[in-house]
Amino acid sequence: MWQRLVDWFVFDAFKLLRGSAFASALDFFIYDTVKILALLVVIIFLIALVRSFFPPERTKRVLEKVPELLGTILAALLGIVTPFCSCSAVPLFIGFIEAGIPLGVTLSFLVSSPMVNEVALVMLWGLFGWKIALLYLASGIVVAIASGFVMGRLKLERWVEEYVYAIHGARGSIEVLSWKARAEYAWGTVGEIVGRVWPYVLAGIAIGGFMHGYAPADLLARYAGPHLWYAVPLAVLIGVPLYSNAAGVIPIVNVLMEKGMALGTALSFMMAVTALSLPEAVILRKVLKPKLLALYFGVVAIGIMLTGYLFNAVIR
Amino acid sequence: MKVQVVGSGCAKCKLLEQHAREAVATLGLDVQVEKVTDMTAIAAMGVMSTPALAVDGMVKSAGRVLSTDEIARYLA
Repeated sequence: MWQRLVDWFVFDAFKLLRGSAFASALDFFIYDTVKILALLVVIIFLIALVRSFFPPERTKRVLEKVPELLGTILAALLGIVTPFCSCSAVPLFIGFIEAGIPLGVTLSFLVSSPMVNEVALVMLWGLFGWKIALLYLASGIVVAIASGFVMGRLKLERWVEEYVYAIHGARGSIEVLSWKARAEYAWGTVGEIVGRVWPYVLAGIAIGGFMHGYAPADLLARYAGPHLWYAVPLAVLIGVPLYSNAAGVIPIVNVLMEKGMALGTALSFMMAVTALSLPEAVILRKVLKPKLLALYFGVVAIGIMLTGYLFNAVIR
Repeated sequence: MKVQVVGSGCAKCKLLEQHAREAVATLGLDVQVEKVTDMTAIAAMGVMSTPALAVDGMVKSAGRVLSTDEIARYLA
Protein backbone atom coordinates (compact mmCIF):
# COMPACT_ATOMS: atom_id res chain seq x y z
CA MET A 1 0.00 0.00 0.00
CA TRP A 2 2.82 2.35 0.89
CA GLN A 3 4.53 1.18 -2.31
CA ARG A 4 1.50 2.33 -4.33
CA LEU A 5 1.60 5.75 -2.71
CA VAL A 6 5.28 6.17 -3.48
CA ASP A 7 4.79 4.92 -7.05
CA TRP A 8 2.02 7.50 -7.52
CA PHE A 9 4.26 10.21 -6.13
CA VAL A 10 7.21 9.45 -8.38
CA PHE A 11 5.51 8.39 -11.60
CA ASP A 12 2.27 10.37 -11.64
CA ALA A 13 2.87 13.45 -9.51
CA PHE A 14 6.29 14.16 -10.89
CA LYS A 15 5.67 12.52 -14.24
CA LEU A 16 8.91 10.61 -14.19
CA LEU A 17 9.28 7.93 -16.80
CA ARG A 18 8.46 4.43 -15.63
CA GLY A 19 11.36 2.13 -16.29
CA SER A 20 13.87 4.95 -16.35
CA ALA A 21 16.83 4.33 -14.15
CA PHE A 22 16.46 7.54 -12.18
CA ALA A 23 12.78 7.07 -11.43
CA SER A 24 13.39 3.52 -10.38
CA ALA A 25 16.14 4.60 -8.03
CA LEU A 26 14.09 7.44 -6.56
CA ASP A 27 11.09 5.19 -6.05
CA PHE A 28 13.24 2.68 -4.19
CA PHE A 29 14.82 5.43 -2.11
CA ILE A 30 11.65 7.09 -0.86
CA TYR A 31 9.87 3.83 -0.21
CA ASP A 32 12.65 2.23 1.74
CA THR A 33 13.77 5.29 3.66
CA VAL A 34 10.42 5.94 5.24
CA LYS A 35 9.66 2.28 5.80
CA ILE A 36 12.97 1.60 7.49
CA LEU A 37 13.00 4.72 9.63
CA ALA A 38 9.48 3.96 10.86
CA LEU A 39 10.38 0.37 11.63
CA LEU A 40 13.52 1.45 13.43
CA VAL A 41 11.63 3.81 15.72
CA VAL A 42 9.08 1.21 16.75
CA ILE A 43 11.39 -1.74 17.14
CA ILE A 44 14.23 0.08 18.89
CA PHE A 45 11.71 1.39 21.39
CA LEU A 46 10.31 -2.08 22.11
CA ILE A 47 13.69 -3.72 22.37
CA ALA A 48 15.09 -1.00 24.64
CA LEU A 49 12.05 -1.57 26.87
CA VAL A 50 12.88 -5.27 27.08
CA ARG A 51 16.52 -4.47 27.73
CA SER A 52 15.66 -2.27 30.70
CA PHE A 53 14.91 -5.57 32.45
CA PHE A 54 18.35 -7.04 31.75
CA PRO A 55 21.05 -4.77 33.19
CA PRO A 56 24.57 -6.24 33.07
CA GLU A 57 24.49 -6.69 36.84
CA ARG A 58 21.61 -9.17 36.51
CA THR A 59 23.36 -11.02 33.68
CA LYS A 60 26.50 -11.23 35.79
CA ARG A 61 24.57 -12.72 38.70
CA VAL A 62 23.10 -15.39 36.45
CA LEU A 63 26.37 -16.30 34.78
CA GLU A 64 28.47 -16.51 37.94
CA LYS A 65 26.27 -19.31 39.25
CA VAL A 66 26.21 -21.69 36.30
CA PRO A 67 28.78 -24.27 35.10
CA GLU A 68 31.03 -23.19 32.23
CA LEU A 69 29.42 -24.95 29.27
CA LEU A 70 25.90 -23.83 30.16
CA GLY A 71 27.35 -20.40 30.86
CA THR A 72 28.86 -20.16 27.39
CA ILE A 73 25.45 -20.84 25.83
CA LEU A 74 23.55 -18.55 28.21
CA ALA A 75 26.07 -15.78 27.74
CA ALA A 76 25.47 -15.76 23.99
CA LEU A 77 21.70 -15.55 24.54
CA LEU A 78 21.96 -12.92 27.26
CA GLY A 79 24.29 -10.89 25.06
CA ILE A 80 21.30 -10.20 22.85
CA VAL A 81 19.06 -8.77 25.56
CA THR A 82 21.61 -7.01 27.72
CA PRO A 83 22.15 -3.42 26.65
CA PHE A 84 25.68 -3.06 25.44
CA CYS A 85 27.64 0.07 24.76
CA SER A 86 31.20 -0.22 23.56
CA CYS A 87 32.11 2.57 25.96
CA SER A 88 31.38 0.26 28.89
CA ALA A 89 32.82 -2.89 27.31
CA VAL A 90 35.93 -2.65 29.49
CA PRO A 91 34.23 -2.23 32.90
CA LEU A 92 31.80 -4.96 31.89
CA PHE A 93 34.61 -7.35 30.95
CA ILE A 94 36.42 -6.60 34.21
CA GLY A 95 33.19 -6.98 36.18
CA PHE A 96 32.47 -10.43 34.72
CA ILE A 97 36.02 -11.71 35.17
CA GLU A 98 36.45 -10.58 38.74
CA ALA A 99 33.09 -12.10 39.64
CA GLY A 100 34.67 -15.39 38.67
CA ILE A 101 32.92 -15.83 35.33
CA PRO A 102 35.21 -17.95 33.10
CA LEU A 103 37.02 -16.22 30.23
CA GLY A 104 35.27 -18.35 27.59
CA VAL A 105 31.84 -17.40 28.93
CA THR A 106 32.77 -13.71 29.05
CA LEU A 107 34.07 -13.84 25.49
CA SER A 108 30.90 -15.57 24.30
CA PHE A 109 28.95 -12.60 25.69
CA LEU A 110 31.37 -10.15 24.13
CA VAL A 111 30.95 -11.72 20.69
CA SER A 112 27.18 -11.97 20.79
CA SER A 113 26.44 -8.46 22.02
CA PRO A 114 27.51 -6.50 18.97
CA MET A 115 26.91 -9.33 16.52
CA VAL A 116 23.27 -9.93 17.19
CA ASN A 117 22.18 -6.40 16.67
CA GLU A 118 18.53 -5.49 17.00
CA VAL A 119 18.70 -2.89 14.28
CA ALA A 120 20.13 -5.50 11.91
CA LEU A 121 17.42 -7.98 12.88
CA VAL A 122 14.65 -5.50 12.20
CA MET A 123 16.03 -4.47 8.87
CA LEU A 124 16.65 -8.01 7.74
CA TRP A 125 13.11 -8.91 8.70
CA GLY A 126 11.74 -5.88 6.88
CA LEU A 127 13.76 -6.34 3.73
CA PHE A 128 14.20 -10.10 3.45
CA GLY A 129 11.58 -11.74 5.59
CA TRP A 130 11.56 -13.53 8.91
CA LYS A 131 13.44 -16.62 7.77
CA ILE A 132 16.58 -14.68 6.96
CA ALA A 133 16.30 -12.61 10.11
CA LEU A 134 16.06 -15.83 12.10
CA LEU A 135 19.03 -17.28 10.23
CA TYR A 136 21.07 -14.23 11.13
CA LEU A 137 20.01 -14.51 14.76
CA ALA A 138 20.82 -18.21 14.94
CA SER A 139 24.18 -17.87 13.25
CA GLY A 140 25.18 -15.00 15.53
CA ILE A 141 24.38 -17.08 18.58
CA VAL A 142 26.21 -20.13 17.23
CA VAL A 143 29.33 -18.14 16.31
CA ALA A 144 29.32 -16.58 19.80
CA ILE A 145 28.95 -19.93 21.56
CA ALA A 146 31.56 -21.62 19.38
CA SER A 147 34.04 -18.76 19.79
CA GLY A 148 33.56 -18.70 23.55
CA PHE A 149 33.84 -22.45 23.79
CA VAL A 150 37.01 -22.68 21.69
CA MET A 151 38.73 -19.84 23.50
CA GLY A 152 37.57 -21.16 26.85
CA ARG A 153 39.14 -24.56 26.16
CA LEU A 154 42.44 -22.94 25.27
CA LYS A 155 42.91 -21.64 28.80
CA LEU A 156 44.06 -18.20 27.78
CA GLU A 157 43.84 -16.41 31.10
CA ARG A 158 47.51 -15.50 30.83
CA TRP A 159 46.67 -13.45 27.74
CA VAL A 160 44.36 -11.16 29.65
CA GLU A 161 45.96 -8.01 31.02
CA GLU A 162 47.06 -8.79 34.58
CA TYR A 163 45.43 -5.79 36.25
CA VAL A 164 42.01 -7.21 35.39
CA TYR A 165 42.49 -10.05 37.85
CA ALA A 166 43.74 -7.67 40.52
CA ILE A 167 40.56 -5.65 40.70
CA HIS A 168 38.01 -6.46 43.34
CA GLY A 169 34.84 -4.66 42.54
CA ALA A 170 32.13 -3.65 44.92
CA ARG A 171 28.93 -5.64 44.76
CA GLY A 172 26.66 -3.87 42.31
CA SER A 173 23.03 -3.11 42.88
CA ILE A 174 20.10 -3.20 40.49
CA GLU A 175 18.01 -0.07 40.38
CA VAL A 176 14.25 -0.55 40.45
CA LEU A 177 12.70 1.32 37.55
CA SER A 178 9.18 2.64 37.20
CA TRP A 179 7.41 2.08 33.88
CA LYS A 180 7.72 5.79 33.24
CA ALA A 181 11.48 5.63 33.69
CA ARG A 182 11.64 2.60 31.41
CA ALA A 183 9.63 4.37 28.74
CA GLU A 184 11.84 7.43 28.99
CA TYR A 185 14.94 5.28 28.74
CA ALA A 186 13.53 3.45 25.71
CA TRP A 187 12.50 6.68 24.01
CA GLY A 188 15.92 8.16 24.75
CA THR A 189 17.51 5.14 23.13
CA VAL A 190 15.40 5.64 20.01
CA GLY A 191 16.50 9.26 19.74
CA GLU A 192 20.09 8.32 20.33
CA ILE A 193 20.26 5.47 17.82
CA VAL A 194 18.11 6.95 15.07
CA GLY A 195 19.80 10.29 15.59
CA ARG A 196 23.17 8.69 15.09
CA VAL A 197 22.22 6.26 12.39
CA TRP A 198 19.92 8.11 9.98
CA PRO A 199 22.66 9.51 7.70
CA TYR A 200 23.97 5.98 7.25
CA VAL A 201 20.50 4.68 6.52
CA LEU A 202 19.92 7.38 3.93
CA ALA A 203 23.35 6.85 2.40
CA GLY A 204 22.96 3.10 2.40
CA ILE A 205 19.56 3.29 0.75
CA ALA A 206 20.75 5.94 -1.71
CA ILE A 207 23.62 3.71 -2.80
CA GLY A 208 21.24 0.77 -2.93
CA GLY A 209 18.78 2.83 -4.96
CA PHE A 210 21.49 3.87 -7.35
CA MET A 211 22.45 0.28 -7.93
CA HIS A 212 18.81 -0.78 -8.13
CA GLY A 213 18.20 1.60 -10.97
CA TYR A 214 21.52 1.77 -12.70
CA ALA A 215 23.68 -1.30 -12.25
CA PRO A 216 23.00 -4.29 -14.48
CA ALA A 217 21.15 -7.12 -12.81
CA ASP A 218 23.84 -9.73 -12.75
CA LEU A 219 26.81 -7.52 -12.08
CA LEU A 220 27.89 -9.38 -9.00
CA ALA A 221 26.94 -12.90 -9.94
CA ARG A 222 30.18 -13.24 -11.83
CA TYR A 223 32.31 -11.95 -8.97
CA ALA A 224 30.47 -13.07 -5.88
CA GLY A 225 28.06 -15.80 -6.86
CA PRO A 226 27.86 -19.02 -4.88
CA HIS A 227 30.19 -20.95 -7.10
CA LEU A 228 33.21 -18.83 -6.17
CA TRP A 229 34.99 -20.37 -3.21
CA TYR A 230 36.86 -17.21 -2.32
CA ALA A 231 33.82 -14.94 -2.20
CA VAL A 232 33.02 -15.67 1.44
CA PRO A 233 36.51 -15.14 2.92
CA LEU A 234 36.93 -12.09 0.72
CA ALA A 235 33.65 -10.62 1.90
CA VAL A 236 34.63 -11.22 5.53
CA LEU A 237 38.12 -9.80 5.09
CA ILE A 238 36.70 -6.66 3.51
CA GLY A 239 34.04 -6.42 6.20
CA VAL A 240 36.27 -6.74 9.26
CA PRO A 241 38.06 -3.39 9.11
CA LEU A 242 34.95 -1.60 7.91
CA TYR A 243 32.82 -0.02 10.53
CA SER A 244 29.21 0.69 10.04
CA ASN A 245 26.18 0.32 12.16
CA ALA A 246 23.77 -2.31 10.94
CA ALA A 247 21.29 0.18 9.56
CA GLY A 248 23.74 1.50 7.04
CA VAL A 249 25.07 -1.75 5.74
CA ILE A 250 21.86 -3.67 5.19
CA PRO A 251 20.43 -1.68 2.31
CA ILE A 252 23.75 -2.27 0.58
CA VAL A 253 23.53 -5.95 1.37
CA ASN A 254 20.03 -5.86 -0.05
CA VAL A 255 21.21 -4.65 -3.38
CA LEU A 256 24.32 -6.81 -3.41
CA MET A 257 22.05 -9.81 -3.18
CA GLU A 258 19.69 -8.48 -5.79
CA LYS A 259 22.61 -8.21 -8.13
CA GLY A 260 23.64 -11.79 -7.69
CA MET A 261 25.73 -12.09 -4.54
CA ALA A 262 25.01 -15.32 -2.73
CA LEU A 263 23.04 -15.10 0.52
CA GLY A 264 25.77 -16.62 2.67
CA THR A 265 28.38 -14.27 1.27
CA ALA A 266 26.20 -11.23 1.84
CA LEU A 267 25.28 -12.20 5.39
CA SER A 268 28.86 -12.97 6.34
CA PHE A 269 29.89 -9.59 4.97
CA MET A 270 27.26 -8.00 7.14
CA MET A 271 28.28 -9.93 10.23
CA ALA A 272 31.94 -9.08 9.68
CA VAL A 273 31.15 -5.38 9.41
CA THR A 274 28.97 -5.24 12.51
CA ALA A 275 30.69 -7.73 14.81
CA LEU A 276 34.33 -6.79 14.32
CA SER A 277 35.69 -3.31 13.91
CA LEU A 278 38.80 -1.26 14.44
CA PRO A 279 37.23 0.93 17.15
CA GLU A 280 36.21 -2.21 19.01
CA ALA A 281 39.73 -3.61 18.73
CA VAL A 282 41.14 -0.43 20.24
CA ILE A 283 38.75 -0.70 23.17
CA LEU A 284 39.30 -4.40 23.79
CA ARG A 285 43.07 -3.92 23.69
CA LYS A 286 42.71 -2.36 27.13
CA VAL A 287 41.85 -5.72 28.62
CA LEU A 288 43.11 -8.27 26.11
CA LYS A 289 46.78 -8.69 25.29
CA PRO A 290 47.57 -8.47 21.56
CA LYS A 291 47.72 -12.27 21.11
CA LEU A 292 44.29 -12.77 22.62
CA LEU A 293 42.86 -9.84 20.73
CA ALA A 294 44.19 -11.27 17.46
CA LEU A 295 42.87 -14.70 18.35
CA TYR A 296 39.49 -13.23 19.22
CA PHE A 297 39.21 -11.53 15.84
CA GLY A 298 40.53 -14.58 14.06
CA VAL A 299 38.18 -17.05 15.71
CA VAL A 300 35.14 -14.86 15.16
CA ALA A 301 36.12 -14.15 11.54
CA ILE A 302 36.52 -17.87 10.86
CA GLY A 303 33.20 -18.58 12.54
CA ILE A 304 31.54 -16.02 10.29
CA MET A 305 33.19 -17.50 7.20
CA LEU A 306 32.03 -21.00 8.09
CA THR A 307 28.53 -19.69 8.57
CA GLY A 308 28.71 -18.04 5.15
CA TYR A 309 29.79 -21.28 3.49
CA LEU A 310 27.08 -23.19 5.31
CA PHE A 311 24.34 -20.89 4.10
CA ASN A 312 25.63 -20.90 0.55
CA ALA A 313 25.62 -24.67 0.61
CA VAL A 314 22.24 -25.10 2.22
CA ILE A 315 20.15 -22.25 0.88
CA ARG A 316 19.29 -22.07 -2.77
CA MET B 1 27.88 14.11 50.78
CA LYS B 2 29.87 12.86 47.83
CA VAL B 3 28.37 12.78 44.36
CA GLN B 4 30.14 10.88 41.61
CA VAL B 5 29.33 10.72 37.91
CA VAL B 6 30.86 7.53 36.59
CA GLY B 7 31.75 7.24 32.93
CA SER B 8 34.58 7.66 30.49
CA GLY B 9 33.43 10.70 28.58
CA CYS B 10 30.83 9.82 26.02
CA ALA B 11 27.94 12.19 25.35
CA LYS B 12 25.63 10.43 27.82
CA CYS B 13 28.18 10.78 30.61
CA LYS B 14 28.46 14.52 29.99
CA LEU B 15 24.68 14.83 30.07
CA LEU B 16 24.46 12.99 33.37
CA GLU B 17 27.14 15.26 34.79
CA GLN B 18 25.20 18.30 33.67
CA HIS B 19 22.00 17.03 35.30
CA ALA B 20 23.89 16.20 38.49
CA ARG B 21 25.31 19.71 38.70
CA GLU B 22 21.85 21.16 38.09
CA ALA B 23 20.36 19.00 40.84
CA VAL B 24 23.05 20.04 43.31
CA ALA B 25 22.55 23.70 42.43
CA THR B 26 18.75 23.48 42.66
CA LEU B 27 18.92 21.92 46.12
CA GLY B 28 21.51 24.47 47.14
CA LEU B 29 23.88 21.80 48.42
CA ASP B 30 27.53 22.50 49.05
CA VAL B 31 28.66 19.41 47.25
CA GLN B 32 31.30 18.76 44.63
CA VAL B 33 30.34 16.61 41.67
CA GLU B 34 33.25 14.30 40.99
CA LYS B 35 33.86 12.54 37.70
CA VAL B 36 35.21 9.01 37.68
CA THR B 37 36.65 8.28 34.24
CA ASP B 38 39.35 5.69 34.84
CA MET B 39 38.21 2.21 33.67
CA THR B 40 39.88 0.48 36.59
CA ALA B 41 38.24 2.78 39.12
CA ILE B 42 34.88 2.32 37.39
CA ALA B 43 35.20 -1.45 37.59
CA ALA B 44 36.28 -1.27 41.23
CA MET B 45 33.01 0.50 42.03
CA GLY B 46 31.10 -2.43 40.59
CA VAL B 47 29.83 -0.39 37.65
CA MET B 48 29.43 -2.31 34.40
CA SER B 49 27.43 0.08 32.27
CA THR B 50 27.95 3.77 32.01
CA PRO B 51 26.97 6.43 32.74
CA ALA B 52 26.35 5.76 36.40
CA LEU B 53 25.62 7.86 39.46
CA ALA B 54 26.97 7.21 42.95
CA VAL B 55 26.05 9.06 46.14
CA ASP B 56 28.32 8.67 49.18
CA GLY B 57 30.05 5.74 47.53
CA MET B 58 26.85 3.82 46.75
CA VAL B 59 25.93 3.31 43.12
CA LYS B 60 22.33 4.47 42.73
CA SER B 61 21.90 3.99 39.02
CA ALA B 62 23.87 2.60 36.12
CA GLY B 63 23.41 2.56 32.39
CA ARG B 64 21.11 5.49 31.86
CA VAL B 65 21.00 9.26 32.05
CA LEU B 66 18.95 10.32 35.05
CA SER B 67 16.92 13.49 34.83
CA THR B 68 17.74 16.38 37.13
CA ASP B 69 14.64 15.59 39.20
CA GLU B 70 15.54 11.93 39.61
CA ILE B 71 19.00 12.89 40.81
CA ALA B 72 17.56 15.48 43.20
CA ARG B 73 15.44 12.74 44.75
CA TYR B 74 18.53 10.66 45.43
CA LEU B 75 20.28 13.65 46.99
CA ALA B 76 17.51 14.95 49.20
